[in-house]
Amino acid sequence: MMELVCPAGTPAALRAAVEAGAHAIYCGFADETNARNFPGLNFSREELAEGVAFAHARGAKVLVAINTFPRAGAEPLWHRALADAETAGADAVILADLGLLAHTAEHHPNLRRHLSVQAAAANPDAINLYAQAFGVRRVVLPRVLSVQEIAAINREIDVETEVFVFGGLCVMAEGRCSLSSYATGRSPNMNGVCSPASHVAYAEEGPELAARLGGFTIHRTPKGAPAPYPTLCKGCFTSAEQTGHIFEDPVSLDATQLIPALARAGVSALKIEGRQRSRAYVAQVVRSFRAAVEAQAAGQPLPESALARLTEGQAATTGAYAKTWR
Amino acid sequence: MQTAPPHTRPALPHLPWLLSRAAAPLPLAPVSVMLSALTRKLVQAHPAMLRRLGPHADRHVLIDPTDLPFALLMQPRTAQVRACRRNRLPAHDARIAGPLSAFLAMLHGAEDGDALFFSRDLTIEGDTEAVLALRNAIDDAELDLTETIATAAGPMGPGLRRALARAERISGLALHRMETTGDWP
Repeated sequence: MMELVCPAGTPAALRAAVEAGAHAIYCGFADETNARNFPGLNFSREELAEGVAFAHARGAKVLVAINTFPRAGAEPLWHRALADAETAGADAVILADLGLLAHTAEHHPNLRRHLSVQAAAANPDAINLYAQAFGVRRVVLPRVLSVQEIAAINREIDVETEVFVFGGLCVMAEGRCSLSSYATGRSPNMNGVCSPASHVAYAEEGPELAARLGGFTIHRTPKGAPAPYPTLCKGCFTSAEQTGHIFEDPVSLDATQLIPALARAGVSALKIEGRQRSRAYVAQVVRSFRAAVEAQAAGQPLPESALARLTEGQAATTGAYAKTWR
Repeated sequence: MQTAPPHTRPALPHLPWLLSRAAAPLPLAPVSVMLSALTRKLVQAHPAMLRRLGPHADRHVLIDPTDLPFALLMQPRTAQVRACRRNRLPAHDARIAGPLSAFLAMLHGAEDGDALFFSRDLTIEGDTEAVLALRNAIDDAELDLTETIATAAGPMGPGLRRALARAERISGLALHRMETTGDWP
């Protein structure tokens, strides 16, 4: 059966994921070492140890995301996170930075290393280099590849691949996107936040909901229309008397029906996005995908997904897996 | 790109107009005292909430259940809740507005806060960081209003628990914590 890797932003969400059937849970510390550094979210050292014990007692694994890029002079913060993840009993760490991968291979050789989507490794040569140089055992592939491209990669590598199947959709190659920095001075790569809440403001203006990021208006959502996240890549802008979404509509990924194709392409693990989401989201999405991977393993028809109401745009897309660019 | 039609859930229940009107003449001072006492119990029973909130625990957040005749100004650090009329709203750092059922569903883990924002059931204004921190801290605390109220009621607890379960069935409001994955749709 393909491994189901599920998000947890809080200990309560971790427990909900385990009880809903997650094979593995990924989470991070409450600081800038992980790419979901949002207020009120993430784990203390004690909470991580308790979460690992809870998951292990029920046969699930815990993967710790330490997937931002250390600032020069501040490397000890990232090194401490690695050591503390190992002490807590983490089954693997998810890393993006070359220096951090080298540090882990040298100082924590028994700690399993996964390559984060933030590293944007999107071809066999890059993946094989990470595997040979740093002992990376699994690669989380960027959300810009088609199923055919994933199959081609898997034919030329000896490590596991993990792909996103549900949730918020980055339309850029992660780790290389600096759009958020232009409006706020902060980015997921360096600070662990895309569109940081400190720079987001909403206002009801007549019948519209205006969303501003760093003072720039990026959406005006009409009354009754679904509200999107305040990200620049899904902003709605006016230029030369035309108004529209430049990069991508505000929709979310749902690749449930592609699970058999992803299995045939050699994918080992399926990832659900959403560490910033509640335990209600985690429980419902994990339960739905656990049923889907079990059906796939048994050769049965996949259940119909009914998760779109939980997603941005309240509509689903298969993203780049079956992309036709406009 | 393939776009599937949206799957919608049943609309959130709104308080019946008559009930909302009946609550209008309620004196606000006793409402404030009762809600502050309840909030104090919740904060004392879940100290991790304040740690998660960090500096945001000092913010004044206006909880605005649009189907009630009053809004609630809350400061997590002091566990103070003040009921106030909408024509005399006090200064606040952030405002969250929506039907009472949305707040109760989010508090008990029955609905996802982002999904309620996407569907426009909840709107937020002001300090977005404080709102997110509060949402995340409450979600992690796994609060249960029925249990908190019933426990505080002492010998009247079992009867109150039954009454609240009945009120939940009739009103459609989420009044208890989601316990297992089977509780979610």
